[in-house]
Amino acid sequence: MADDLETAGQTRADEVRAFIARTPLAQEMGLKCEVMGDEMTMIMPYQEKLIGNFMIKAIHGGAIGAFLELTSQAQVFLVTEHLPRPPRPINLTIDYLRQGHAKDLYARAEITKMGRRMCSVRAEAWQDERSKPVTTLMAHFMVSGD
Amino acid sequence: MSDDATSSSAPWEVMNENIEMISGGIPWGRRMGFRFTRIEKGHVWGLQPWKERLVGDPDTGVIHGGVLTAFLDNLCGTAASSALPKPRFVATLDLRLDYMRPADKGRDIIGEAECYHVTRNICFTRAWAYHESRDKMIATAAGAFAINKPRSVDSMRTM
Repeated sequence: MADDLETAGQTRADEVRAFIARTPLAQEMGLKCEVMGDEMTMIMPYQEKLIGNFMIKAIHGGAIGAFLELTSQAQVFLVTEHLPRPPRPINLTIDYLRQGHAKDLYARAEITKMGRRMCSVRAEAWQDERSKPVTTLMAHFMVSGD
Repeated sequence: MSDDATSSSAPWEVMNENIEMISGGIPWGRRMGFRFTRIEKGHVWGLQPWKERLVGDPDTGVIHGGVLTAFLDNLCGTAASSALPKPRFVATLDLRLDYMRPADKGRDIIGEAECYHVTRNICFTRAWAYHESRDKMIATAAGAFAINKPRSVDSMRTM
C-alpha cells in the first residue's frame, strides 16, 4: 500500500518534470520545479533576458504571467492522472501587486475546483517573502481532450 | 523622456518616430521577437512571430498562452503611454486574457491595443490578437495601468 502510494507520487512528479522538460517555453524561461507529494514549487531563476524594463531592472510582467500559467498547468498535471495534453487556458486574470525584482521568482498553484472538462486554478508568485506576493493569477483551463 | 512643456511633439509622435528603439528596449520582448509596427495616440499595433522556443505544446507546435500575455501586455502598456499628454511610465495593475482559439503553428500573430479611457491615475485598455482580421480572434485582453508620477531614473532604481 505504502509502496503503491509512493509509486503513484513518483509517477506524477515525473509527469510534471517531463512536462517542464518537453515544453519549449518552460525551457526558454529556465523553469525548475520541486515536487513534494501533491505540492509543488516552481522556480524561475533570474536571467537578464526576462527583464521588461531595463531602466528599473524589473522582470517583464508578461514573463511572470507566463510563469504563473506554466505553474498552473504543471499543478494540474500533478493532481490529474494520465493527462493526454497540457491543459488549455480558457481565460485568466493577473494581478500585478509588486514589482518583480532582478532575482529568482517562486510560484505555487492551487486547484480551486477540478471538473470533468474544466478546472479553476489560483496561483501566486513571490520573491523574498511568501506573504508578499509579486503577482497572483486566477485561471480556467480545459482539461478534457476535446 | 523629458517633461519639457514647450516640446511641440506629443508622446505618441515621439514614440512612433522611435518605434524600433522602443521595441528593442524590452529584453523579454526582444527575446520573443516581438515588435511594434505602428503607434498612434492611444492605439498601437504590433507583431509577434512564431518561434520554436515559444511553443507551449510540442505535439501541436502551438505557441504558449503566456507569450500572448506578454505580447498584449506590451501593446496595452504602450497604448496607455501613447494616450497621455505628457511622457509617463505606466505599470500594469491587472490584465485579463480570453483565449478564443490556438494560434496557427508557424504564423505571425498581429496584435493591436487601444487605450479607451484615461483618468488622473489610471489608463483603461483593451487588446486583440489575430492572424488576418479581428473577425477571427486568437485572444483578447483588457488591462488597467497605473500612471507613474514623473521621477528621475535614479530614484526608480532604488524602488
